[in-house]
Amino acid sequence: MIRQLNAFYTDKEVLKGINIDILSNSVTAIIGPSGCGKSTFIRSLNRINDLIPGFRITGEVIYRDKNIYDKDVDVDDLRRRIGMVFQKPNPFPKSIYENIAYGLRIYGINEKQKLDEAVESSLKKAALWDEVKDNLNRNALTLSGGQQQRLCIARALATEPDVLLLDEPCSATDPISTAKIEELIYQLKQNYTIVIVTHNMQQAARVSDQAGFFMLGELIEFGKTEDIFKAPKDKRTEDYITGRFG
Amino acid sequence: MLSNKRFVLKFKEFLIEKLLFLCSLLSVFTTIGIILVLSFESIKFFKEVPITKFLTDTQWTPLFINKHFGILPLLCGTFLTTLIAISVAVPVGLISAIYLSEYASWRIRNIVKPLTEILAAVPTVVYGYFALLFLTPLLKKIIPSLSGFNALSSGIVMGIMIIPMVSSLSEDAMRAVPMGLREGAYAVGSSRLQVSLRVVLPAASSGITAALILAISRAIGETMIVAIAAGQQPRLTLNPLVPIETITAYIVQVSLGDTPHGTLEYRTIFVCGMTLFLLTFILNIFSYKLKKRFQEIYE
Amino acid sequence: MNRRIINRRLDKAFKILGIASTVFGLLVLVVLFVNVFLEGRSRLTWDFFSSFPSRKPELAGILSALVGTIWLMVITGLVAIPLGIGAGIYLEEYAKKNRLTNFIEINIANLAGVPSIIYGLLGLGIFVRYLKLDRSILAGGFTLALLVLPVIILSTREALRAIPFSIREASYALGATKWQTVRYQLLPASLGNIMTGIILAMSRAVGETAPLITIGALTYIAFLPQNPITFLEKFPFIHFTLRGLLDPFTALPIQIFNWVSRPQKGFSTNAAAGIIVLLGLTLAMNAVAIILRHRYQKKIRW
Repeated sequence: MIRQLNAFYTDKEVLKGINIDILSNSVTAIIGPSGCGKSTFIRSLNRINDLIPGFRITGEVIYRDKNIYDKDVDVDDLRRRIGMVFQKPNPFPKSIYENIAYGLRIYGINEKQKLDEAVESSLKKAALWDEVKDNLNRNALTLSGGQQQRLCIARALATEPDVLLLDEPCSATDPISTAKIEELIYQLKQNYTIVIVTHNMQQAARVSDQAGFFMLGELIEFGKTEDIFKAPKDKRTEDYITGRFG
Repeated sequence: MLSNKRFVLKFKEFLIEKLLFLCSLLSVFTTIGIILVLSFESIKFFKEVPITKFLTDTQWTPLFINKHFGILPLLCGTFLTTLIAISVAVPVGLISAIYLSEYASWRIRNIVKPLTEILAAVPTVVYGYFALLFLTPLLKKIIPSLSGFNALSSGIVMGIMIIPMVSSLSEDAMRAVPMGLREGAYAVGSSRLQVSLRVVLPAASSGITAALILAISRAIGETMIVAIAAGQQPRLTLNPLVPIETITAYIVQVSLGDTPHGTLEYRTIFVCGMTLFLLTFILNIFSYKLKKRFQEIYE
Repeated sequence: MNRRIINRRLDKAFKILGIASTVFGLLVLVVLFVNVFLEGRSRLTWDFFSSFPSRKPELAGILSALVGTIWLMVITGLVAIPLGIGAGIYLEEYAKKNRLTNFIEINIANLAGVPSIIYGLLGLGIFVRYLKLDRSILAGGFTLALLVLPVIILSTREALRAIPFSIREASYALGATKWQTVRYQLLPASLGNIMTGIILAMSRAVGETAPLITIGALTYIAFLPQNPITFLEKFPFIHFTLRGLLDPFTALPIQIFNWVSRPQKGFSTNAAAGIIVLLGLTLAMNAVAIILRHRYQKKIRW
C-alpha cells in the first residue's frame, strides 16, 4: 500500500524510502523514538501535511488502487474517507452535536433526522453517548480531556470513513480515558482499517496486529506485533523495546 | 472523476478564492490610485513651475497676486509642529511604556491600556478645538507674546494625541524581549530601573525605533489640529510662538475655498499631497522593515 | 551598601515618574471633557438636534450633519466591511508566501500609515472628478471606506491568527474545503475580535474630518439627502430610491470644524456642543468594542 515514501520539510529529509503494506480491518501501530518521523508518516496518509508550508513528498501512497498524491485526486473527499484523530484533542468551539454534525453538513447533509442518527451512532461507537446524551448542546470545550478525545474520534467516525488514523491519541489523556480509547480501538477494528502512532510500547503491544518501528526517518522493522515484541530481528528494535533508549 | 456535486463545490471554491484575492488586490489599487492622482496633477504643476523653484524658493504664496511656489515654508511649519509633538510624546510615551511593561502589575495594565486607547480614539477635530480654545489662552497667560494661532499649542496637543501610539507600540516591543534576558540581570542583583534601562530598552531598541518613526509619520500627516490652531501663514521660521502653516493645513485651506478645478492653485494641493505622501511613505516603509527585523529576532 | 540605597531610591522615583506619565494623558482627557462639557452643555437642547446650520449661532443645529454622518457610516460600512474581511481572509488563509503576498502586506502596512488627508486627495481625484460623483455622500463614503480598509484587514488577520492551527487541521481532516473551514469554523470563532476591529475602524471614520473637507464636502447644508424610503398614499404605497446618495452632504466633524473656525463666541459654544455629541458617539463605539473583546476573550479559551 505504501511505496518508497520520502518526505521533506524544506529540503530536510524526514522520511526515507518507507515501504509498508497496511492490512484492512486490522490495527497497525507505528512506534519509535520521538523525532523519528512517525507523526510525519501518519500525517502523510491523508495529506494533512499539505497544510504545512515547505512540506514536500515523493513516492506513492496507494489507497483503493490509486496513488493519493496523484494530481487529479480530490483531496477533500480523500480526507473524508480517511479520518484522523490528533495528538491533542481539538474539538471545535461549538456544541457536542455540532462538532459531530459538521462532517456531514459540509457534505451537504442537513436533514435533522439523518444528523440526529449520525450523532447518536457515532457517539455510541466512541463510547461517549451515555456520558453526554442529555446535553448534546453543551459546548465541547467544557468536556474533560479524555471526553474531548473520544468526541474527536466520534467526529471522525461520523463521516463513515474506512480508514482511521490515530496520531498518539492518548498522549494527553488520563489512564482511565486511555483504557476506554484502547477498548474502543479494539471494537472499531472490525469495521475500520486503523493506523495508530504511539510512543507507548505497552499500548502498541495491546492494541495492534502489526507494528512498524521507525528510527531517524527509516522503517527499521515491520511485521506482526507479536514477532516485533517477542523476537525482534533488528538490534535497534530490541534496544528500543527493552527500553535501552527512548 | 468528480461527480457533478463535487464539481460544483470545487468551482465555487475556485470562484471564492479569486473573489477574496480581488479584495486583497484592492489595497494595491488604492496605492496605485494615490500615486496616479498625485503625479497626474503634480506633473502638470511642474510644467508651469520649475522643480528647482519649488524646492528652493523661500516663499509660498500661490493664492496671492505675486505668486511664489517654494515648499520650504510649509515643510518648515510641518517640521516645527512635528518636532514639538515628538518632544512631548516620546519622553512621556516611553516612560509610560517602561512603567507598564516592567513595573505595573497585570491588573493595572489591563485597566490602563483601554483607557489610554480612548486618547487615541478622540477625533482630531476635537483636539483642534482644545488647542485653539483651551491651551492657547492658557499658554498666553505664561507667554504673553504668544499669538492666537501658533505652532506651540498645536504641537503640544498633537504630542498628547500620539502618546498612546508611542507607549503602546513601545510596550509591545519591550514585552517581546524574552524573560531570560531580564532574569539574567536580576540574578546579578540589578534593580528594576537598571534592568529596564540597560537590558530591556537596548534589546527592544529597534522595535521602539519603529514605533517612534511611525509616530513621526503620524505627526507629519496630522491635519485638523494644525489647520485649526496653527494658523494659515506659511513662513520660514522655527519660532513656535507665531502663526505658521503646515503642508496639511494648506491643503485644507485651499479645499475650503472655491479654487476652480484645473487651475495652478488647484494643482498646488496635489503637489503638497505628493510631498506629504513621499515623506510618510519613506518613514512607514522604514518603520515596517525595522519592525519585521525586530520580530524575526524574537520569534 | 550606599549604592544599593541609591538604586532603590532611583527605582522608586522612576516608578512615580512612570505613573505620572501614564496618568498624564488621562488627566488631559479629563480636562478636555470637562472643558467641552461646561462650554457646550447649554446648547444641548432638542432644537440643537433638530435644526439646520444657521448664520445665527443660537439658531444653528446639527440635523443635517448628524444625518450626513449616518449616511456616510452606512456607505463606508457596506463597502469596507466585506472587502476588508475578504482581503484579511485571503491574506491569512489562502495566500502563499510569495513576493506578491509580501508586496501586498507591505502595501497595507503603508496604507495604514498614509495621512488621512491623502485619501481625501485620492477621493477628490477619483470619485469626485474622474467618476463624476461630485461632492456626494457616495464619494465621501467611498473615500472613508478606502481609509478604514487597512484597519479592518489588519484586525481580521489578527483575529484569524488567534485561532489555533489545530482547529484548521480538525476541519480539513474531516474533508472540509478551505472555504467551508473559513465559513463554518474560522469566521464564527473569530467573529468577536473581527467585530471589535470593525467597530474601532468605524469609530475612526466617524471622526474623520480632513478627507471630507478635501473632497469638498460643503459646510452649509440646509437640507437633508433624499430619503431612501418614502410612503405614498397611492399604490405601491412605498417608494424606494437611492437618489439621496448623490446629494451633497455635511457631517458632524465638518460642522464642528466650521464652527470652531468662526470668531464669534456663540459658534464656539456650538462647536463644544457638537463635540459632546461626536465624543459621545465615538466613545460609545469604543466602549462597545472593548466590552465585546473582553467578553469574547472570556468565552473562548482554547
